[in-house]
Amino acid sequence: MVKKIFERFYIGIILLFLYAPILILIMLSFNKSKSRARWGGFTFHWYKELFQNEDIMNALYTTLIIAFLSALIATIIGTAAAIAMNSMKRTPRTILMAITNIPMLNADIVTGISLMLIFVALRFTLGFTSVLIAHITFNIPYVILSVMPKLKQLNPHTFEAALDLGASPVYAFFKVILPDIFSGVISGFFLAFTMSLDDFVITHFTKGPEINTLSTKIYTEVRKGIKPEMYALSTLLFVTVLLLLIIINRKGAEKKVPLKQN
Amino acid sequence: MKVPLNVKNKMFQKPAKDSDKEFKIGRVNQVKLLSFPYIIWMVGFIIIPLLMILYYGLTDRDNNLTFKNIALISDPINRKALLLALELSLISTIICLLLAYPLAMVLRKNHKTSNSFIVLIIILPMWMNFLLRTIAWQNILEKTGIINSILQFFHLPTLNIINTSAAIILGMVYNFLPFMVLPIYNVLVKVDKDVINAARDLGANGRQTFLKIILPLSIPGVVSGITMVFVPSLTTFVISTILGGSKIVLIGNVIEQQFRLGNWNTGSGLSLVLMVFILFSMAILSKYDKESEGSNLW
Amino acid sequence: MKKKITLILSLVILTFAFLGCKKEEGEKLYVYNWGEYIDPEVLDLFEEETGIDVVYDEFEQNEEMYPKIKADAVQYDVVCPSDYMIQKMIGEGLLAEINFDNVPNIKYIAPEMMESSKTFDAENKYSVPYMWGTLGILYNKTMVDEPIDSWSALFDEKYEGNILMIDSVRDAFGIALEYLGYDLNSVNEAELDEAKALLQKQYPLVQAYVVDQVRDKMIGGEAALGVIYSGEAIYTKRENPDLEYVVPKEGSNQWIDSWVIPKNARNKENAEAFINFLCDPDIALMNFEYITYSTPNEAAREMIEDEDIKNSPVAFPDQTTLDRCTPYQYLGEEIESLYIEKWNDVKSNVE
Repeated sequence: MVKKIFERFYIGIILLFLYAPILILIMLSFNKSKSRARWGGFTFHWYKELFQNEDIMNALYTTLIIAFLSALIATIIGTAAAIAMNSMKRTPRTILMAITNIPMLNADIVTGISLMLIFVALRFTLGFTSVLIAHITFNIPYVILSVMPKLKQLNPHTFEAALDLGASPVYAFFKVILPDIFSGVISGFFLAFTMSLDDFVITHFTKGPEINTLSTKIYTEVRKGIKPEMYALSTLLFVTVLLLLIIINRKGAEKKVPLKQN
Repeated sequence: MKVPLNVKNKMFQKPAKDSDKEFKIGRVNQVKLLSFPYIIWMVGFIIIPLLMILYYGLTDRDNNLTFKNIALISDPINRKALLLALELSLISTIICLLLAYPLAMVLRKNHKTSNSFIVLIIILPMWMNFLLRTIAWQNILEKTGIINSILQFFHLPTLNIINTSAAIILGMVYNFLPFMVLPIYNVLVKVDKDVINAARDLGANGRQTFLKIILPLSIPGVVSGITMVFVPSLTTFVISTILGGSKIVLIGNVIEQQFRLGNWNTGSGLSLVLMVFILFSMAILSKYDKESEGSNLW
Repeated sequence: MKKKITLILSLVILTFAFLGCKKEEGEKLYVYNWGEYIDPEVLDLFEEETGIDVVYDEFEQNEEMYPKIKADAVQYDVVCPSDYMIQKMIGEGLLAEINFDNVPNIKYIAPEMMESSKTFDAENKYSVPYMWGTLGILYNKTMVDEPIDSWSALFDEKYEGNILMIDSVRDAFGIALEYLGYDLNSVNEAELDEAKALLQKQYPLVQAYVVDQVRDKMIGGEAALGVIYSGEAIYTKRENPDLEYVVPKEGSNQWIDSWVIPKNARNKENAEAFINFLCDPDIALMNFEYITYSTPNEAAREMIEDEDIKNSPVAFPDQTTLDRCTPYQYLGEEIESLYIEKWNDVKSNVE
């Protein structure tokens, strides 16, 4: 019993550690004063202001578009690559996996700088496209690593059976393989989406003056003091995701109950 | 931000697929063509860019071959920044490990009741931009910040944490803790209950079971956790900028400054030095990940 | 399954459609300015009035802006560096002469400002003053024993951990040199070494090296003393009335930030239209009220309603204060890198 209390306490402490800054940010979004250092009273003002702040809304828009497109393209390229790699011999597969690991293990700053160097060398204007390419690059490995385990669990014979029964390979792919690996593909997509949303360093080095994601916008604001609208936006995003997770989790739990009874 | 890639220890895990009986889509070799876009992409945006860094790092402004940029690491400022970064990232990696392991154990125990929810709770903070979360730590740690206000309220002496190494370590631990917890957790939940029960049946006590069974089996998770925390801590420049007040200069700050001031060659040279440490981590990781298929995300 | 795929596909198409709308090609203007150094509404007004699409980017230090202009990676059309940096850029042929036929509003700029500008732009051909001010100490009345009037406070051990030093090469060395009684444009290495030694002695006393972050920290009462540009003083005092700004008696720096047009600007006429727009008294007033830096625009100053601010000794210091302030000069590449090298040593706390 004592042990149990201790365990609860330990989880509680860690959660406090993880969530204390978030509570602060939520509090700041209701702070009347523009300065983060002073509490000027409670207000909803910044939430109203937020939707009129074109800069922030543009940054949000860019962030979401880049996250969505990069996750989508990475999912397509990554899933295809995973399927191909799965059918390769050991040596080429190991080499490809090693390359896949590079962007995950490499320092963000090195990845960002190396991409910037190549864009500049090719006289490619830094902007939306360069950031998108960079995000796709660091997103692909996440997709591959999500899809790979699912592929390994596949029963190789179902696909062959489908072919034997006269299905075309494409048809068989969509009808037999994709449904089985779909959960991996989806989780790869969301993983990539999250990574893209949260990235700062790589975007910082590969962006041009024309675009800002939320991260880079915040970084420029760090110096002069973050605009309170930013806190408001982050609070909204956070609460949305929290609610989504709770709903999904509820649904998941409901589904699982009958399974247990079996 | 990175996701823990996890490593399998085949022996005691729940039955995995035998990888020799690889699944091949169709008997067609064309499947391999599917990897073409990927290979082209990776060569174009991973391999060649890294070669660019190599090129810039080994040349001067007039494109002559030189080792000066790399040798600059022995300059007192840069050496100090590198050593300090190594020190701080090592400390924070150890702290992360000490915090994460017990947590993962506890989570594992509760995992049938609240399953993935707890894990999600640990990932969830990442949806709040990490720059903002780090800035919030300023509010907590400052001289007039929350911790000190509480201390003052109880008439305790105040702490001076902000703009010290301690603040940076705290920032690193805070930002990278999930990357230590998740791989360890992922490995621990896969440890077969039967193995543990067998050990118990054979008379092992709790401590012995932990030391002889659980700990060795969790090593792959620990190793990938260490890499996932160590590399980003070593190379960060954001955390030290926000929580260190520019009084503490890490190697990441030096490199970032070189690029900001337009000294690409110097910056690339120093990045190459940094790459050595990263390659080293990759080598260690691959030793524990022989399959090179780091699966099991979350 | 099919439904999902259709859904995803339609999302993709929608996205691209969105993107398609965004990319309208029209008249553009690339502006490169200090952080928080313009009222965003001014940009909106300019876009509305001229139909020119403004792409706006920010920097924190002159030394960060310079390589970007030099490398020509992004072709900015109009940039706002400080005096000594403008001198350097003119010397290197990085700037274009401004066609003043397109900037009739230049007449609103105070003649003495145009005169001061000649220290870095000898014939007033390349630059149009935007904001000016002094460098000084902002202190919290409740946290110091006596009124501050000297740089010596920044080197006083009793304020250990209560000092926010400025993270800018020329300003930091300027302070040390002034305190030691030397010229803040010193090129004498012995003097610079003495200044460096002083700054190194100061290192343990300093809470943090900051530029713009000084605002929030001083407002929050994090430190007793902070080095700050005069323009920030009005804003910070508004948020925290305990704060007081002073230009130390030993002397200080008077600076001017001016708009210039890089030689390789693609939209030079738009840039001139922009500069002209900013010189309009109403617009200059808007900017003054938003960023609270001293405006060189005489007509705008006349229109300030708040008498206290209009005659504020902080925003518009009297001649005796200005007499002890010196502008920075560009000292040549060699001396400049000497400054940077010594400053890096100070901040990394190595010998």
